[in-house]
Amino acid sequence: MTIKQISIFIENKSGTILKVLNVLKEANIQIIASSISDTVKYGIYRIICDKPVLADKLLKENGISAITNDVFAIELDDTPGQAASAIQYFAEAGINISYMYSFLVGNKGILIMRTDDTEKTQEIIKLKKLKSYDLA
Amino acid sequence: MDDKSPYLHPEFETLSKEDIKKLQLERLQATVKHCMNSPFYKKRFEECGLKPEDIKTLDDLRKIPFTTKQDLRDTYPFGIASVPLRQCVRLHSSSGTTGNPTVILHTQKDLDEWANQVARNLWMVGLRPDDVFQNSSGYGMFTGGLGFQYGAEKLGMLTVPAAAGNSLRQIKFIKDFGTTAIHAVPSYVTRLYEVMQEQGVDPRRDTKLKVLAIGAEPHSEEQRKRIENMMGVKAYNSFGMSEMCGPGVGFECKEQNGLHFWEDYYIVEIVDPETLEPVKEGEIGELVLTTLCREAMPLLRYRTRDLTRVLGHTCPCGRNHVRLDRMRGRSDDMMVLRGVNIFPIQIEKILMQFPELANNYLITLTTDEDNDNMTVEVELEDMFTDDYGRLLQLNKDVKRALKDEILLTPHVKLVPKGTLPVSEGKAVRVVDKRKVYQ
Repeated sequence: MTIKQISIFIENKSGTILKVLNVLKEANIQIIASSISDTVKYGIYRIICDKPVLADKLLKENGISAITNDVFAIELDDTPGQAASAIQYFAEAGINISYMYSFLVGNKGILIMRTDDTEKTQEIIKLKKLKSYDLA
Repeated sequence: MDDKSPYLHPEFETLSKEDIKKLQLERLQATVKHCMNSPFYKKRFEECGLKPEDIKTLDDLRKIPFTTKQDLRDTYPFGIASVPLRQCVRLHSSSGTTGNPTVILHTQKDLDEWANQVARNLWMVGLRPDDVFQNSSGYGMFTGGLGFQYGAEKLGMLTVPAAAGNSLRQIKFIKDFGTTAIHAVPSYVTRLYEVMQEQGVDPRRDTKLKVLAIGAEPHSEEQRKRIENMMGVKAYNSFGMSEMCGPGVGFECKEQNGLHFWEDYYIVEIVDPETLEPVKEGEIGELVLTTLCREAMPLLRYRTRDLTRVLGHTCPCGRNHVRLDRMRGRSDDMMVLRGVNIFPIQIEKILMQFPELANNYLITLTTDEDNDNMTVEVELEDMFTDDYGRLLQLNKDVKRALKDEILLTPHVKLVPKGTLPVSEGKAVRVVDKRKVYQ
């Protein structure tokens, strides 16, 4: 139901993202999806990759502030309206989404999200038989 | 005193240098003798085998060990006093955020003498009993409040204890009461002017202001000139420190060529902060003061940590009391921001309370549109969340904790680990970009 996501604390300064990318590149780690929020004070660079444990270790060894979390990954058909119906379940249950981003793998749409109520989110996913995405 | 006299205390203000020295020796000998009532000084004199009778000339002052702020902390609260507590009528205290607070005691005579010094200063810059004096300075433990209050009253002025803040009310007072003189920290004068502009008040046209007294906050000559241009009146530099009494210790005369330090009240020494030997006349060094008229808590050779230099001993105003340059910095790492004394260790202490934060931090002081600001950058120990909201909350918590400690709200910026400059050996903690010490 969940997937490993690495969140990296970055400064609003040129070259900081490149440093992260170079660490991953040298270890031949593939980024599957990533997202950066353009907030005023701090940047959080969120990455889904094929070797999250190794990536986390290497980033920290290189002095980069990172944390690995489990986030929900929901697999949807790549047709219009799929996201809307999935999200409607959470809205109806009164769950707040802290952040969300999506990407395509083959002909599947993947929705990565974090909510303010992990347990309730799990319940809804089970109850509504939403499909989870797994890296393997 | 006749309003036309330029001096409130001509018998002291116009003494020749020789007579000042004669008076100083007399008063020094009496002070040292009196200090033997202080448990602290009695012990200290015994330790170095010194007796009050050994002080035969002014040069003998140098036989006496320095007194430091640490001594005041170590003897907290009443260990330096030279009189029984029942003779004391007032206590002022520093915030004590870097250890024990420092406590300064006053007898009634001390308060009278303090008021005399402030009154002398205000008379010197042309204020008379007809004037209306608005003291827009913090009251309470901060000596700029009561110090100027009693001094201005002593001179005979109508004195308004407006205290700091509430600019609209301040401006109303200035207009309604016909305020002719204001005392405030320089950044507050600037603030007042901003609000006057917003209110369409022209200080030249709409007020009777003629004198500003500014102090308790480092400021440059350019800042002073800007303030004078804004308000259309002269702004005189005031020096004080609670250990000596408060404001009154030094003040500029109308010549504005340095601060006259009152040598009938204090002996002024300028020493090299490393070797503690006197510097050559005119060179910058640490100001060391010995009180000559204090009853409750005389202090011998007190290291002020302020850096300054002697500009001269004579003055066209007719006073031969030493003229010192505006304070040019500190020989310790104390910062003075908007009248508040802050040590980096205070900031450090707070930051260390947050496990999310690393050890490396940098304090930057800037002047933005005439307001002094502090930015504290601190490294994050490790990324502890993937949630932007929690980072913001941490930022807010750090800010609030710092405000509770230093009484000012700094900007706080969390930065990734390893991004702040670490200098060889001792880390650079403070970068002062304000244009104050030039």
